[in-house]
Amino acid sequence: MEFLSDPIKVIYEWLMLTFTGWSWAGWVSSLVINLLAIVGFISAIMVLDILLVWVERKVVARFQDRLGPNRVGPFGIFQPFPDIIKLILKEDITPEGADRVPFNLAPILSLGSVLFLWAVVPLASRIYGVDLNVALLYLVAAGSIGTLSIIMAGWASNNKYALLGAYRMVANMISYEIPMVVALLIPTVLAGSMSLKTITEAQSTNGGVWFVLVSPLGALIFLIAAIAELGRSPFDLNEGESEIVSGYHIEYSGMKFGLFYAGELLHAFTFGGFVAALFFGGWHGPWAEQYPLLGAFYFVAKAMFGYWVIMWVKYTVPRIRIDHMLAFNWKFLTPLAFALLMVTAVVHRVLLDVPTWLYVAGMFLSNVILVWITVEVLRAQARREREAKASAQLAAAD
Amino acid sequence: MTAEQIIFFLTGALILVSALMVVTTRNLVHAALWLVSTLFGVAVLFASLDATFLAVVQVVVYIGAIAILFIFAVMLTRRNLLDKVPQTNAGWPWAALVAISAFAGLVFLVGQMPNAGAQKNVVFGDPLMALSMALVSPDAYVLAFEVASIMLLAALVGAVYIANRK
Amino acid sequence: MENPWVYLGLFLIVGLLIPVAAIVMSAILAPRKPNPIKMSTYECGMETVGDNWIQFKAQYYVFALAFLIFDVETVFLFPWAMSLNVMPLFVAVEGVIFILILLAGLYYIWQKGMLDWV
Repeated sequence: MEFLSDPIKVIYEWLMLTFTGWSWAGWVSSLVINLLAIVGFISAIMVLDILLVWVERKVVARFQDRLGPNRVGPFGIFQPFPDIIKLILKEDITPEGADRVPFNLAPILSLGSVLFLWAVVPLASRIYGVDLNVALLYLVAAGSIGTLSIIMAGWASNNKYALLGAYRMVANMISYEIPMVVALLIPTVLAGSMSLKTITEAQSTNGGVWFVLVSPLGALIFLIAAIAELGRSPFDLNEGESEIVSGYHIEYSGMKFGLFYAGELLHAFTFGGFVAALFFGGWHGPWAEQYPLLGAFYFVAKAMFGYWVIMWVKYTVPRIRIDHMLAFNWKFLTPLAFALLMVTAVVHRVLLDVPTWLYVAGMFLSNVILVWITVEVLRAQARREREAKASAQLAAAD
Repeated sequence: MTAEQIIFFLTGALILVSALMVVTTRNLVHAALWLVSTLFGVAVLFASLDATFLAVVQVVVYIGAIAILFIFAVMLTRRNLLDKVPQTNAGWPWAALVAISAFAGLVFLVGQMPNAGAQKNVVFGDPLMALSMALVSPDAYVLAFEVASIMLLAALVGAVYIANRK
Repeated sequence: MENPWVYLGLFLIVGLLIPVAAIVMSAILAPRKPNPIKMSTYECGMETVGDNWIQFKAQYYVFALAFLIFDVETVFLFPWAMSLNVMPLFVAVEGVIFILILLAGLYYIWQKGMLDWV
């Protein structure tokens, strides 16, 4: 029974007893237990990553009105394993003139930068890796390591198309980091802390509300910026197969390409997890505080839902051109995100001590008013453009 | 030798070796990548001193923005990224003498300072919350906070002006 | 866990070693038959034409610069955001002033046409 209510502590104490029973020093057994936990956790994430390959292929198939893999195992669930085996057995071609060290380091850093993120994510009220008090900035830092790995990959491939794809991808990723960080500031304002554990607790314990109800526009901005950060459709001009032939992936084959691909899927799932943790209450659900394993299940379910929304957007919307992408970011999303931050900060501070229902209503109303103002501004601008075009046509017709 | 000292020596060695490689390697893009390694070592040093916010900010701003800017600038301006001039010129013994004596002078001066031991200070309370409250409270650093935004604005306007003049 | 950074450092090291293990496994198991045609760089099926250097648009640098300024700004905003729950209302207004000054900068570079991708 105690295992169900605090699994990590029970396992830790049992292992401590075993190791000190073999007369190991205290700090050695602590270190070994930490290492075992880390290796176990990362292995679980990699298995989840492999499962995500199957999820992605099944979901895209259903969106495109076909069946997807269904031969290997029931519902094709063992399909990723032949995929992985195929990738391992393929020859690893390094093009001539390629810079060896960055060429090999780039896929490692790319997958590594996603794995680093799972250290700070709280899976349940008492299951988490590290309660880092700057977890949100750590998220941005891991993203910047990913950006660096893309430049390394593009540069080291010694290939015009790879370099061009890498430049565009990096310009895209760094541009969309600004609205993403500003959208990350919104849960920080609402919860008063950068730590993910504190943010999820603020949404779950003693009458907290899920932040998606308090700031739906913030959740939307974070989702859009996250999809752009991932480099997925509709923002995937950088790996458009028909335009610049896979961008910075071109010269990679075999397991290195597999690491890039797996890293991208895992990154998408991780962002689904972050949307769940930041806006949908993380592990919060009925009876999640007494049974942390149930909380972990809720978290994975919500992360899967976030991942499904990201996939839904990918397989529905056509690709956007690069100048439209960057104009959308700098001229629309960044000012909107900053305006939302200002409004959220002021309204949150003003409504700090009022009862919960009034607080939620007030914040939601402020979001709605902001959306309405934005739509009005866009509509006025569209009207101006239409009138300018009409008058130009009239002037040309004379 | 405590674990902290071991980590400090390893990190210091990483930083020094990376910094040496930045200035001696002939390939400019390699120099930028060694610079990234140096900056990461500095971030590890910040983390070992319990300055968690500064460690993460170091990675975000230095590696995520400034190193990327360096790499873009290097790739923009140089057609041929291999440096072919000789590494040292004729005056290198005098330069080495000045550098070593400056280093010896610095070590001596720092050793004379009152708290120059190898232990870090014990941190009370929550430094991150104290930092955030100090940054915005009127009898601490709020003026510096606002002036920082004006400085960033000046940097932005200046860069755009220079870029526009061409 | 005594010091969170120990766990995080271990996590970083193991997180980097697992992809390395995958690549090593591939290096052991995969065939290796290099020949000059396979090793040449890819150019949509033809031989490479011209130098391996493309015209680097100055626009990339401008975006990186704008990103740097706004990144530093958001780093300043994180401590401000954390302190809102415990400080009086004018602290929120201070942050609003900070953001407005930088939004003025964004408006300036927008009007100067620096944000257009030519």
